[in-house]
Amino acid sequence: MTLSPLNKRRLDNFKSNKRGWYSFLIFTLLFLASIFADFLANEKPLLIKYENQIYLPIINKYAETTFGGDFETEADYRDPYVKNLINNNGWMIWPIIPYSYDTIIRDLAVPAPAPPSKKNWLGTDDQARDVLARLIYGFRISILFGFTLTFFSMLIGVSAGAIQGYFGGKIDLFFQRFMEIWSAIPTLYVLIILASIVQPNFWWLLAILLLFSWMGYVGVVRAEFLRARNLDYVRAARALGVSNYKIMFRHLLPNATVATITFLPFSLSASVTALSGLDFLGFGLPPGSASLGEMVNQGRNNLQAPWLGLTSFFTLGLMLGLLVFVGEAIRDALDPRKTFV
Amino acid sequence: MKNKILSVHNIKVHFFSNKQFYFPWQKREFIKAVDDVSFDLFEGETLGIVGETGCGKSSLARAIIKMIPIASGKIMWMGEDLSAYNKTKMQKIRREIQMIFQDPLASLNPRMNIGEIIAEPLRTHYPKIAKNIIKDQVKEMMKKVGLLPNLINRYPHEFSGGQCQRIGIARALILKPKLIICDEPVSALDVSIQAQVINLLKDLQKDLKLSLIFITHDLSIAKHIADNILVLYFGKTVEMGLSKELFNNPRHSYTKKLISSVPIPEPRLR
Repeated sequence: MTLSPLNKRRLDNFKSNKRGWYSFLIFTLLFLASIFADFLANEKPLLIKYENQIYLPIINKYAETTFGGDFETEADYRDPYVKNLINNNGWMIWPIIPYSYDTIIRDLAVPAPAPPSKKNWLGTDDQARDVLARLIYGFRISILFGFTLTFFSMLIGVSAGAIQGYFGGKIDLFFQRFMEIWSAIPTLYVLIILASIVQPNFWWLLAILLLFSWMGYVGVVRAEFLRARNLDYVRAARALGVSNYKIMFRHLLPNATVATITFLPFSLSASVTALSGLDFLGFGLPPGSASLGEMVNQGRNNLQAPWLGLTSFFTLGLMLGLLVFVGEAIRDALDPRKTFV
Repeated sequence: MKNKILSVHNIKVHFFSNKQFYFPWQKREFIKAVDDVSFDLFEGETLGIVGETGCGKSSLARAIIKMIPIASGKIMWMGEDLSAYNKTKMQKIRREIQMIFQDPLASLNPRMNIGEIIAEPLRTHYPKIAKNIIKDQVKEMMKKVGLLPNLINRYPHEFSGGQCQRIGIARALILKPKLIICDEPVSALDVSIQAQVINLLKDLQKDLKLSLIFITHDLSIAKHIADNILVLYFGKTVEMGLSKELFNNPRHSYTKKLISSVPIPEPRLR
């Protein structure tokens, strides 16, 4: 892929902003690592060799009887009995953190929440689950939620803004009034009402937040379209008989991309904050799922166990900080008036 | 007798003020941008529309291709009434009437290369043509307007104003239209480049049997290119006639004033 000179300059500008560039690298690294969370922290071994056969328990399910046990159900590899069965006839490799986000550790030396130790690097929470494992999974779900929400709100927001800006007039007038009313609906109460009817899960939360989050994009895109629809080359295209849809896509949307991309990282961090806030209040992801907001809540409830509060605080702080640094770098790199040395 | 391709009968274009709310007894305020203008255009001829800034020249042009609505009047294209046409029928007419714009650089999308720009009318009106055929046609058209075909992948900002206007002309010609409306095509160019572009238009007109509507505020250009001239003043027709007659024997005082305002290269020869 070849870059146009303008985009090359933008990329160089982005890279020359050291803080933003390194934030971007660290963030990408953390995100990629958390994508493979199942292989970093899991209650199943990565690899089992049993009677000269290789097993991959994370990908496939094996019954206990496979390894000479008694039950037809899936093997519990943390059970000392199963461990013994496998180790006597082969070996197994465990992930770095041998707990999943919902693994309840039954052989803790101290009552939960247990402080950091060699076994649980960041301690356990008040339900005897490993904090580090929950952190990795929580980070992943936060970022994935942020990305999905950002993507869909961008899709809706950009099209709504484009239609308003391009057609203007009455459509614009009425749609703006509609948005003023719509934005006055409090998201939190809608969620609380919803939580009393259904058990909110990832997709429910996404849908509800999406109902309101797309409006952030409309203003930016609408302004760009209002400005650009009277440019000479758009008029020329209209005189040629190019359809409205094509004019929007081919001639106008490229003008709005810069504004939209600038908005992206900030929208992403806002989505992450929203999800954490809902989890903190208990209206978020279903109980038991790994989430940073829930961990903040545990930290508040267990002030005698500062590792809970500190871990969630530093993770959220780091993640949001990185996103904002990246966002600033992108904003500056796309700003044509900003000169770089 | 040549064929009459376009005739405009008493068209009016009104622009309403931005005021949103009116009481029922109030009249909507408006400006008469074009007021009761009529003309005929024959095949292969050039009509020059001259007048000062803001007299409605561009509004007239844009009203003809229905980019802005007309308040009253009739536009007859090859004997058919355009004002009654709907969108799909109008689309067919747009193949036959093309436009060239004043600011050559601004009328080209800075994010498209000139191959895409010149091909856009083709892709819009004949979406099924194969890519290599389009490319051949674009290259041929570039040769015709005096651009080197190997510049096809360049972007508009890499060209001079005169070259950009050639790109604009190529874009207008690629559908083989019958009429081209030139809205001040040379006023943004240097005098030496103006001559090149105008002569190019004249040559192309002869080759392709085009009709032109040539809008300008520069009388010497109008005299050079136009067969007939229409003088507009505040939206109204002041005088209309054959170019030579109008210049040798202007009847209206406004026309006289306009003609006397044209600078003469050698004032001593006056």
